[in-house]
Amino acid sequence: MAYSNKVLDHYNHPRNVGSLDKNDPNVGTGMVGAPECGDVMKLQVRVNPETGIIEEAKFKTFGCGSAIASSSLATEWLHGKSVDEALAIKNTDIVNELSLPPVKIHCSVLAEDAIKAAIADYKKKAGTKSDSVAAQ
Amino acid sequence: MKLPIYMDNHATTPVDPRVFEVMKPYFTEHFGNAASRNHSFGWEAEEAVEKARKQIAELIGAAAKEIVFTSGATESNNLALKGAAEMYAEKGNHIITVATEHKAILDTCKHLEKHGIRVTYLPVKQDGLVDLDMLRDAITDKTILISVMYANNEIGVIQPVTEIGKIAHERGVLFHSDAVQAVGKVPVNVLKDNIDIMSLTAHKLYGPKGVGALYVRRKSPRVQLAAQMDGGGHERGMRSGTLNVPGIAGFGEACEIARREMPEESARLRALRDKLRAKLESELDQVYINGTMESRLPHNLNISFAYVEGESLLMGINDVAVSSGSACTSATLEPSYVLKALGAGDDLAHSSIRFGLGRFNTEEEVDYVGDKVVDVVKKLRELSPLYEMAKEGIDLTKVAWTAH
Repeated sequence: MAYSNKVLDHYNHPRNVGSLDKNDPNVGTGMVGAPECGDVMKLQVRVNPETGIIEEAKFKTFGCGSAIASSSLATEWLHGKSVDEALAIKNTDIVNELSLPPVKIHCSVLAEDAIKAAIADYKKKAGTKSDSVAAQ
Repeated sequence: MKLPIYMDNHATTPVDPRVFEVMKPYFTEHFGNAASRNHSFGWEAEEAVEKARKQIAELIGAAAKEIVFTSGATESNNLALKGAAEMYAEKGNHIITVATEHKAILDTCKHLEKHGIRVTYLPVKQDGLVDLDMLRDAITDKTILISVMYANNEIGVIQPVTEIGKIAHERGVLFHSDAVQAVGKVPVNVLKDNIDIMSLTAHKLYGPKGVGALYVRRKSPRVQLAAQMDGGGHERGMRSGTLNVPGIAGFGEACEIARREMPEESARLRALRDKLRAKLESELDQVYINGTMESRLPHNLNISFAYVEGESLLMGINDVAVSSGSACTSATLEPSYVLKALGAGDDLAHSSIRFGLGRFNTEEEVDYVGDKVVDVVKKLRELSPLYEMAKEGIDLTKVAWTAH
């Protein structure tokens, strides 16, 4: 299969590889996929609680080149976005940007799922936090 | 050293230049039809075909008359299974084969199942080999054929064919073996190995594509197969169709070269394969060999790099042609059924790479490939959340994954 130049670029120079402290209350972690399916993505965001802006995003991915590129691109896009803007990222945006062929669309779906899971995790933590504040 | 490097010799091999030289005149100058009995053009073609038949027979310990030419191993396998099922229908309707066979066997069996044949698909042990006790137990008085490959195309394991053939013969059952990966690479002898029907192809042993053969035993027992194609009654009535004379001449020469050079070539490839294995195992942790090393083709290495997905690994070594059992590299998006049959888990199937060394690989190439694979695996593990989790001591089998 021929890969697009953008997929190759992300594969050869993945952006924002790494991990954030998952116990940090401002960090949301999303882990999607399964080893037996051949892809697992871990995507993390650090949100500024004052502004609601994503200040840092990191990923690690076990998967094919298109899965690596999709998650790498996602972290790039997440930087500087608000939580709500992040939730508006669609898998089709990733497909278009990376020119993914039909057999690789599931990689972009997984990246969208990872974003949603990371934001949900952050919101859950933030929610717990404000609940506990309210309870005091 | 020239790039890209070809190390996928289980898929196909290049035609040896010596083979190509032998083939050339039969395209243009000696173009006759081997079935033309009344002029010199036909006689020349027939002579070339009969010479090749002898060369092929000699490599496998058969008689020339026992070689039936086909278009390749897929056709040979179809003819063996369908031809035997049809010919011996009165004797029984049961065939035994193995879960790790090539699709040309498995899909032919699926077809036969739709036509009243009962098929037993034996599992393999974790080392990739057939359990002989299970085989014995599977035989019934309706069993007409046992079909077990000589050597596996993915993991290179060599089945205990001699014992399988012995078990078959004790019960009066025919034994067919798909030997495309083994012939020309390891000593194969149909008499010693108790094989009654055997599939071969030229392009796996440095001959051309589009020509294969079926060995069909003529005595003790005399095997008969119902032809699967109607026509001029060529090849003792078992396979009609004008013979591919240049291809057959090349097939013969390829077998002759293989027979002459096998001892030296297999020792050389084994040493290179073992060097590659030692390099990967010494510089990387968590690598797993798929299939036994005790009974294996000398030029095969199938290895899983845990926590790294196969297609992404292939992408990183894009100037090396190898193949992977990863779903992402298959047309069906399923990981290798052969590796799954070993029971190692789908994740290791996704992480597997098959190296198939061949006649034209050099030590320099093997060193280059080894270095490159080590680099890329290390890089991808830095990217792998699974490797990170494993390092943290998390048991990945206990994680609640979101399968998709």
